[in-house]
Amino acid sequence: MLEWIAGLASWELLALEPPGWGGVLLGGLAISLQVAVGGYLLGFLIGVGGATGKLYGGPILRDLLDVYTTLVRAVPELVLILLLYYAGTDALNQLMLLIGAERVDISGLAAGIFVIGVVQGAYQTEVLRGAFKAVPHGQIEAARAYGMTSFQVLRRITLPGMLPHAVPGLANLWLIATKDTALLAVVGVAELTLVTRQAGGTTKSYFLFFCAAGLLYLMVTLISNVGIRRVERYARRGMPAVR
Amino acid sequence: MSSRETGETAVPPAVEVTGLHKRFGDLEVLKGVSLSAGNGDVVAIIGGSGSGKSTMLRCINMLELPSGGSISIQGEEIEMKPDGRGGLQPANSAQLRRIRTRLAMVFQSFNLWQHMTVLGNVIEAPVQVMGVPRDEAIARAEKLLERVGLSDKRDVYPAFLSGGQQQRAAIARALAVEPEVMLFDEPTSALDPELVGEVLAVIADLAREGRTMLLVTHEMKFAREVANHVVFLADGVIEEEGSPDIIYNAPRSERLRKFLATVQ
Repeated sequence: MLEWIAGLASWELLALEPPGWGGVLLGGLAISLQVAVGGYLLGFLIGVGGATGKLYGGPILRDLLDVYTTLVRAVPELVLILLLYYAGTDALNQLMLLIGAERVDISGLAAGIFVIGVVQGAYQTEVLRGAFKAVPHGQIEAARAYGMTSFQVLRRITLPGMLPHAVPGLANLWLIATKDTALLAVVGVAELTLVTRQAGGTTKSYFLFFCAAGLLYLMVTLISNVGIRRVERYARRGMPAVR
Repeated sequence: MSSRETGETAVPPAVEVTGLHKRFGDLEVLKGVSLSAGNGDVVAIIGGSGSGKSTMLRCINMLELPSGGSISIQGEEIEMKPDGRGGLQPANSAQLRRIRTRLAMVFQSFNLWQHMTVLGNVIEAPVQVMGVPRDEAIARAEKLLERVGLSDKRDVYPAFLSGGQQQRAAIARALAVEPEVMLFDEPTSALDPELVGEVLAVIADLAREGRTMLLVTHEMKFAREVANHVVFLADGVIEEEGSPDIIYNAPRSERLRKFLATVQ
């Protein structure tokens, strides 16, 4: 017990330079943020494609997308991460051997972004599908009546029109993405949670390091909230405030 | 002076609709409607609800795909092909987009883009679709907004405007593409009674300057004042058409007489 309290008080362990572990934690945070941003953006692309596919695609595409969103949302994320990470890299290497190429080493960062992207994509597909449907049909009709192409309608009218309906859901998913990166610790990506465990394991100051990591995650959320509020204000610029 | 009055025939009509059919499932809404509007004509389309008048107007710019028939704008026929389900679909989307920029539609429920300011709405089609330089589009939009009396609202979002103001903004948006034909789909039906006048005044002003317009409306008195040709649709066919004087003062068909009696 005494040792534990002493550990909590060893602030010098958080110094940026070794023997302090602060720099390592910040490095882990940087990896976490890269995975979160990359996975979130990949998820957004999948989500826009998935939502438009579900709404306007043919029956086969719609069924395939249904299978995708249902499976990904049904299976626990930890299982998905293990599955996609190991099975995914294995499948890719089998494919490389099959076409006669060399085995490739997939970086944990790239694999992490892919895995988070696939998970996010399924949820974002559903959030965006709902938001697309909330855009009044008349506005799309007006855009077509004035000669816009389907892509112009999407870019100029539907996407900005659905944004106010999508922001709350997308903001939630962003916060979830930042925390889902912690699950990548199980496959050895050196993100914040993994390096925290290493720091704790080496110094035995678990409590100190996990508190520090928790604070870092909290900071990410608080800073994100500021950004989310700005995006929301921008997205709702044409809407009268509800009192 | 409209071509109808001069009797000119060498110039193709601004709008020519021939044998237009439209089915929604088993329901046949239009049963072979033919209609022609020369340059400068103001054609009012009247009829009871469900008579197919809005559907007909929406078929002209293909917001509603016809099941049969043809539509020509200034002599250019909109290319269509069978859709495999007994209807038609556009065969040439580039042509359709080009023709759509020559037809400007004003909708019953305004359909302004809510995430753009009034000015943004007015310059959107010129800049994005027609490739007009932004400065030029803004300069023109400001003149149009002045004309419809909304100069002070250029930076306001549509949701903060009254219905009448929104519809006037929508008319400015329509004028911004310098249309050859304006299509009005019950432009005052969604407005509070005290706001109808301001919108009708703008439309009457446009009619006076010789714009070609097709106007679906319930405002009988207004149609009589601004139109030089009135079409009465009933049950998917043109029951009667002619000059406002004849339609309103000497209706031949029983249905038109009954219709006029109920709305006046």
